[in-house]
Amino acid sequence: MATTTEVSQNVPELAIKSFLFVDCPGTQSEDAGKASACSGCPNQNICASGAAKGPDPGIELVKNRLKDVENKILILSGKGGVGKSTVTALLSRSIAALNPDMNVAVLDIDVCGPSAPRVMGVAGEQVHQSGFGWSPVYVDDNLSVMSIGFLLSSVDDAIIWRGPKKNGMIRQFLSEVDWGKLDYLLIDTPPGTSDEHLSVSTYLSQANLTGAIIVTTPQEVALLDVRKEIDFCRKVNIKILGVVENMSSFVCPCCQTESEIFPATTGGAKQMCSDMNIPYLGSLPLNPVIARGCDEGRNIIAELGDSPSTKNLTAVVEKIIEACRQ
Amino acid sequence: MLDNVKHIILILSGKGGVGKSTVSTQLALTLKEKGFKVGLLDIDLCGPSVPYLLELENKDVHQSEGGWIPVYADKDQRLAVMSIGFLLNNRNAAVVWRGPKKTAMVKQFLTDVCWGDLDYLIIDTPPGTSDEHITIMESLKTTKCDGAIIITTPQLVAIEDVRKEITFCKKTGIPIIGLIENMSGFVCPTCSECTNIFSKGGGESLSKLLDITFLGTLPIDPRVGKLLGKACTTEHPDSPSSKTFSSIADQLVHTENK
Repeated sequence: MATTTEVSQNVPELAIKSFLFVDCPGTQSEDAGKASACSGCPNQNICASGAAKGPDPGIELVKNRLKDVENKILILSGKGGVGKSTVTALLSRSIAALNPDMNVAVLDIDVCGPSAPRVMGVAGEQVHQSGFGWSPVYVDDNLSVMSIGFLLSSVDDAIIWRGPKKNGMIRQFLSEVDWGKLDYLLIDTPPGTSDEHLSVSTYLSQANLTGAIIVTTPQEVALLDVRKEIDFCRKVNIKILGVVENMSSFVCPCCQTESEIFPATTGGAKQMCSDMNIPYLGSLPLNPVIARGCDEGRNIIAELGDSPSTKNLTAVVEKIIEACRQ
Repeated sequence: MLDNVKHIILILSGKGGVGKSTVSTQLALTLKEKGFKVGLLDIDLCGPSVPYLLELENKDVHQSEGGWIPVYADKDQRLAVMSIGFLLNNRNAAVVWRGPKKTAMVKQFLTDVCWGDLDYLIIDTPPGTSDEHITIMESLKTTKCDGAIIITTPQLVAIEDVRKEITFCKKTGIPIIGLIENMSGFVCPTCSECTNIFSKGGGESLSKLLDITFLGTLPIDPRVGKLLGKACTTEHPDSPSSKTFSSIADQLVHTENK
């Protein structure tokens, strides 16, 4: 603590920004531990010593484990609570239902707030270990799930971990789960652009990652964080398959009036996509049936029937499958 | 740096997007309107929302002899704000940091900002129970922290993550001031029918189950999200949201006088 205090008090204001803004040169770089961005970084000495050099052996393990997985898709959003897990559940259930001959899986790498077990309707299940690795939990014949939620003994259990421990867990999830042959693996992530995101992008760097689907809600306070996530994808070279706008509008079940609960004061996801030149995949309305269905872990797709939600979701799924083919 | 801060309150939630920053900013504005000197520290480094919500984007933090001068939201300097958002040159740029760098930044926010005399310092946090939370908890061990206000939305998928945050508080010895249920029901502006989009009552029953003070319920009110720096209590004084914000602020003041 003392060192950071000294540094900041002796430098002019501009230097605060430059400390923030020069990017980490990366552990593989010649400048590792020596660049201006490194001063003040707690890992400076490790990087400078060269100990961090050389690829992480996990990358090779992940590549081997996921070689029979056709499409690997990250579900990302800078913002929390926009519906990453809900959209993941809707997409995976929808793809699995529409294509009974395909195998689909969901991997939840939100270590501190795992939602997949609940929204997929398998809360309270346990994972088992076999000679081939951890067996995921099956929701359906062709739909399986893995989440840290299955490893906790109670819903109250908190995972109070700093970054390195989370990274170890993510590496295990990517390299030790016995998925079998998969057509789609959807990876649900926590909000932000930090440890989990860097780890998953590093471990998948040689594993032929298909790309990322970005989930947002229409209001500016969400888009603000989502633009940062898009910037992150560009920085680490993750292809963006497109953006899904969730909770777009709400239709009153009583009088059918449409309300903007989270008003798109800056044009919503559509405007952001055209500004940032990325594909817009469509929108999903705010539908209490979905919220309740997720809480109760029911198969929402079946319940939605012939609603606008179903129509929009099917259109989004078609666009995603198309984007994966390219 | 926190010697002249009378009360420190953390705003926590295991879940993202439940309204931590909205409640933090509105609580800070409400306390300011009630005549207190307030500081608001945003330690969400990857997704800082406070500068936007207070319409302070593009403001700069200045360096003085004594440390960083926070951004003031008002002329009278009764609401001081600090966020990583003020240190970024581009509002779309991602802060791609692993834990150690986040930890260093959070510590710097606690040690280097010249808050001056404050009645309340409200600390807005990111979702989760990881680096930022561990760091702030460890750093505040030596300072007197009044405790945490937990924010949730009513649906189970949020409640489950919030229960983890409550466990975090209990394990690390952070007192829980109380729980707020946000986004509880939406009243249609046309027919006044209330729809519980994200269910209802989940926060209240959780607080009963875990024996935590229930501080109040906030409905879904699209006007609150558009306030941008203005206090709900002065702009929409008769709304249910205003009444809840005002009542929570009173409960905070009242608890301390006990």
